[in-house]
Amino acid sequence: MSDDIIRPLADYIANEILKNPKRAIRPDEKLISSGLIDSFHLVDLGLFVEQRFGVRLDDGELNADTFDTLEQLAALISARKR
Amino acid sequence: MTTLANILAEHYFFAADRPAIYLQVAGQPDRCITYSDLVCGAAGFARLLEQWGIRAGEVVVIILHHGEPLIYAFWGAILHGAVPAILPPLTEKLLPARYRADLAALIRITRPQAIVTYPQFAGEVAYAVRVAAAPTTAIIELAEPLRAAPDFTALGGLRRQDSDLVLLQHSSGSTGLQKGVALSHRAVLNQLNAYAPAIALAEDDVIVSWLPLYHDMGLIASFVMPVVRRVPLVLMSPFDWVRAPARLMQAISRYRGTLTWLPNFAYNFCATRVRAREMEGVDLSSLRAVINCSEPIYHSSHQRFCQRFQPYGLRPEALATCYAMAENTFAVTQSEIGKPISRNEGGGIGHSGQVSSGRPLSNVCIRILSDDRRDLAEGEIGEIALRSNCMLSEYYHRPDATAQAFFEGFYLTGDLGYMRGGELYVTGRKKDLIIVGGKNIYPQDLEALASEVDGVHPGRVAAFGVFSEEAGTEEVVIVAEAESEEPAERERIAEAVRAYVTQNSEVAVRRVVMVDRHWLIKTSSGKVARSANKAKYLSEFLDQP
Repeated sequence: MSDDIIRPLADYIANEILKNPKRAIRPDEKLISSGLIDSFHLVDLGLFVEQRFGVRLDDGELNADTFDTLEQLAALISARKR
Repeated sequence: MTTLANILAEHYFFAADRPAIYLQVAGQPDRCITYSDLVCGAAGFARLLEQWGIRAGEVVVIILHHGEPLIYAFWGAILHGAVPAILPPLTEKLLPARYRADLAALIRITRPQAIVTYPQFAGEVAYAVRVAAAPTTAIIELAEPLRAAPDFTALGGLRRQDSDLVLLQHSSGSTGLQKGVALSHRAVLNQLNAYAPAIALAEDDVIVSWLPLYHDMGLIASFVMPVVRRVPLVLMSPFDWVRAPARLMQAISRYRGTLTWLPNFAYNFCATRVRAREMEGVDLSSLRAVINCSEPIYHSSHQRFCQRFQPYGLRPEALATCYAMAENTFAVTQSEIGKPISRNEGGGIGHSGQVSSGRPLSNVCIRILSDDRRDLAEGEIGEIALRSNCMLSEYYHRPDATAQAFFEGFYLTGDLGYMRGGELYVTGRKKDLIIVGGKNIYPQDLEALASEVDGVHPGRVAAFGVFSEEAGTEEVVIVAEAESEEPAERERIAEAVRAYVTQNSEVAVRRVVMVDRHWLIKTSSGKVARSANKAKYLSEFLDQP
């Protein structure tokens, strides 16, 4: 999976959501079911994804039913970009 | 005085075709529930309780998501004369094992006669019932709304007295779930009789809410009150709102909403998370009050909200405040609607001053008490105590907790504050309690969880809340003494604590700090002193990323 999608996502999550720039996030690490990202931060993540990757997401499209890992999120974004 | 069941019956006869609730579910058309629909749905559920042999006065726990079955189950239990208690279903982040354990703790104390839930969730509930050794608790599976023509001569709810219990309210976590606030019909109706005039509630109002029904602000102000008072309610799911907060603004615009209640964090959340494109065509000029309630109130949150939504017709004078708690059914004080909120420029955090929560309701008497329980003068900070005709009957099956909660007939809130010019200013808490996004979190629950993680010195943990200006609410911090001094190992333990506490509690823990042995300050009795450790944390760690 494309690194130019995963890398900025991982940086954003570490810096802005977890407030811990040192925290490395593995592409297959569970983000939602592990409680790393809660429902409030999903909205922030959605706004970031729209802005950074120029894709449009529907209301509440990012949720536990649509992705749980960076890999899955990146796949969702690249499918949308096409 | 009458009862909620009698009022529902009156609505059925005199307001059958009037809209009671506009139910919104993402991806579906809005559903208009008239009073006739509401009573028939409730009667269908009451019949189910009858078939299960549930009797008047018995507790029925309801574990359902936002939707018609939840609405009908609550009112159906009341029509049947039973005592409903709404609990949140399992969320995606919470571990099922923890949910079961907390539910079992509630069952052990409350001894409900029935628990109503979805067929898919019945297994979890059955497990909790076994753990709690409560064989008399029936598990009722409910997949679809049931409807029946109401037979008011047979419905047990119409034979209840106003002093009988009408519902239980719980807060979250293993501590909160073991203290069910028991309220009588009389208490709930006295609350509405005092609160409705304080907000000048009228039948042409429209209340819009995304709040969960297992919390007093959602249950009383934004569910029971509109239904009882024949004020149309637009009700959306908290899950839908949190995914797309603009839905609240869109619903207000579409239904010409006049009143909504929000916890403080929601002002920040809406101000920063609503996209411009989602606000196209939205008009908020119908709002006459947006009432901030259920967690500490910050002027900066109001400013952000106003700046964001004034261009869409929000009037700044619509912002209002309220101090409330389940133990008083709901509201204790309310600021005057349509008037600027009072602020004490000399008090509070930063330069914006302390925000007033308004005047006591007409039925509420407030005292401010010192540590040795003397009455304090105007402007002096002490514990807020209150007496009213809408207080809890008891903590259900907890005579110990009930006795501790009162002093000379006054309920001891555990909150700190002062009176100024006849208005109440809430400044903090005497009890150790963290309020995150309007949810009450007991630090002892989080500390016990953190102590279970390998590498943490058991019992050498402090959990507390630190206010975040950006979020408009408290964020949970856990400070724990580590068994290892090795930085990488400490990092690993901190991550394990964060993950474990998050998956076993109602909060997402953001900050875990591992400290050396003997860092934490203990009281003379050997307990971890939370406020002293919070002060130490703030002085040593606050500026670090």
